[in-house]
Amino acid sequence: MKSWLLTKDHKRIAVLYLATVTLFFFLGGAFATLIRVELLTPQGGLVSSETYNKLFTMHGVTMVFFFLIPSIPATLGNFFLPLMIGARDLAFPRINLLSWYLLVIGGLLALFAMLAGGVDTGWTFYTPYSTTYSNSWVIATALGIFVAGFSSILTGLNFIVTVHRMRAPGMTWFRMPLFVWSMYATSLIQVLGTPVLAVTLVLVFCERVFHIGIFDPALGGDPVLFQHLFWFYSHPAVYIMVLPGMGVISEVISVFSRKSVFGYAFVAFSSVAIAVLGFLVWGHHLFVSTQSVYAGMVFSFLSYFVAIPSAIKVFNWTATLYKGSISFATPMLYAFGFIGLFTIGGLTGLFVASLGIDVHVTDTYFVIAHFHYIMVGGTIMAYMAGMHYWWPKMTGRMYPEGWAKLSALVIFLGFNLTFFPQFILGYLGMPRRYHVYPDEFQVLHVLSTAGASVLAVGYLMPMIYFIWSLRYGALAPANPWGATGLEWKTASPPPVHNFDEAPVVTHEAYDYSTVMGEVIEVG
Amino acid sequence: MASDAHGETLALREQFDSEEQQKDASTLGMWIFLITEIMFFGGMFLAYSVYRNFYPHVFAVASSSMNAIIGATNTGVLLCSSFTMVMAVRAAQLGQRKIIILFLVLTLILGIAFLGLKAYEWNVKFEEHHVPGPAFHLDGVDTQGPAQIFFSMYFAMTGLHALHMVVGVGILTWLIIATYKGRFTAGYMTPVDIAGLYWHFVDIIWIFLFPLLYLIDRHLG
Repeated sequence: MKSWLLTKDHKRIAVLYLATVTLFFFLGGAFATLIRVELLTPQGGLVSSETYNKLFTMHGVTMVFFFLIPSIPATLGNFFLPLMIGARDLAFPRINLLSWYLLVIGGLLALFAMLAGGVDTGWTFYTPYSTTYSNSWVIATALGIFVAGFSSILTGLNFIVTVHRMRAPGMTWFRMPLFVWSMYATSLIQVLGTPVLAVTLVLVFCERVFHIGIFDPALGGDPVLFQHLFWFYSHPAVYIMVLPGMGVISEVISVFSRKSVFGYAFVAFSSVAIAVLGFLVWGHHLFVSTQSVYAGMVFSFLSYFVAIPSAIKVFNWTATLYKGSISFATPMLYAFGFIGLFTIGGLTGLFVASLGIDVHVTDTYFVIAHFHYIMVGGTIMAYMAGMHYWWPKMTGRMYPEGWAKLSALVIFLGFNLTFFPQFILGYLGMPRRYHVYPDEFQVLHVLSTAGASVLAVGYLMPMIYFIWSLRYGALAPANPWGATGLEWKTASPPPVHNFDEAPVVTHEAYDYSTVMGEVIEVG
Repeated sequence: MASDAHGETLALREQFDSEEQQKDASTLGMWIFLITEIMFFGGMFLAYSVYRNFYPHVFAVASSSMNAIIGATNTGVLLCSSFTMVMAVRAAQLGQRKIIILFLVLTLILGIAFLGLKAYEWNVKFEEHHVPGPAFHLDGVDTQGPAQIFFSMYFAMTGLHALHMVVGVGILTWLIIATYKGRFTAGYMTPVDIAGLYWHFVDIIWIFLFPLLYLIDRHLG
């Protein structure tokens, strides 16, 4: 126990993160379950309006700040970034451990707020409701997010320095796996964006505790300033959540079609382009918040730009499949799910980026469906793809392939059944954050809740068979997929210092011409 | 140089191949941390700019109530402390242990002097009812609300800056003890170096805060 809690090994810290974010995932899932059960009936008899407000707030806070943001970077990134560039560890192992403790402390603060009575502002904490009027546990929750934010900043800092300074001999920038590129781009956003959220929360905190009036309209302050500051972080945060997923998909698509990723440099730079463009579009969350029409037009136009690097990725993954030797292993099934769902999420993103349509669908279920297609259909599908792909390396055990394929199918079907009806609901005018609705929406809400039950089963399955495989799974060879990355050149699970002898890189990433002939050793 | 130093001084941690790589990584890490600090303070500077643009007259009047003499003195104190910090880093490069300690102690004294003057200023604000809250009152303005926002920004920005100074004082104290124990050599002085970066950064923040808060429109006063 002590050896785990004081470990400086990036692989063990990744496992600590994995356990932590999994707990938060199921906690956030429990809130979502209550929301969906409540929405079965139009009258909303299960919980009061106040409780419902708290449920969707705590669902959002838990899922965004304590699951999605740390999910792929802090678990898979932590475990594999040093391995993939041939390093013994991250540049700052003690800071890495500190960042896990910060997430835990932040999580406990948020958890305390939930148990003490909950918070009802929505995960967006809009002022002046959050600063002046809400009678719920805003301060503890904001503090929790503030502390968890530093966890995110330190992880990003560690990754950037590691990529710059710790690459193995021969591992040039353009030989790095695309997962590393995407983690690098993610880290840039974490480092540049998160401090702005932190200072915004400090101001909200000061306003609630010391009653100073930065955002208080009664004093002449501007509540919309809060929205600008909040979305300056929280829009790029969407890319903190989805970019790592895109990196995973690049790895998986390449391995299971046994081809180099089509247009490697374009895919690499598109990650950086998304990170940069992501900072220029926050105003599209303020189309109906007193922002000038001129600013709205500029932000709308810039938002379309994000579609370009995203589309480059989707087209290049598809082109990678062309004439590939495709195998339908579980990670590949999840990756296919990602591409389909992310495309729907991305295209509906263009709908809400255009001023005319957005005014119609603002704060409706259309928006809810859109971002769940990105966050759940995109990020979580990619996270599952990555978990299956790297599980043998992390644990030294294979998962049961049949069950895993079934879970991919169940999650895909359950997901679409849950969220597709919400597009229609939103377009018809069902507002978000309401628990009472007109009778004619009931059919679609019932379909959505039915889908959520299927989805829940889909998520419980990997939970069960992953744990089962730790004891009963077949022993994993060093390179079960015949993949090219450096992480497959060492034992499963890897030794403490990752490599028995320091690797020297002589080839581009994804050079399957050299691997095809290689004998896959057990080891 | 690489291998004979490590047992004794922890000069090379196991994840690095060479001392040079380790020093580069630490320095880059500190620079990135300072970038996050710029973004952190940046949010407040943005809020300040927006409200100064909304209420230019009130901000000018409120600014003229500040004690610019103390502000200027503090600016001088911090600039001197940056100089002594540079001298400490230089002494560390040359491995002159006693001189490192001398200059670190001078930097520490100047840092504490800054905090002392700052505390005195804040205390005066309480006596003058310039602290945001029910008792707030500023003479010479039509509406008290925007004036309160100015002082909210003043306390938030200088408060956050002072918090960074307190952290800096802690770091200096630790460095003085570590130097006294002989942790640093001419070959390994990275902590002194990157603590210097941090200290200069905190200094620079003040260089911006001083004119923005104290000198908006002096002829009004």
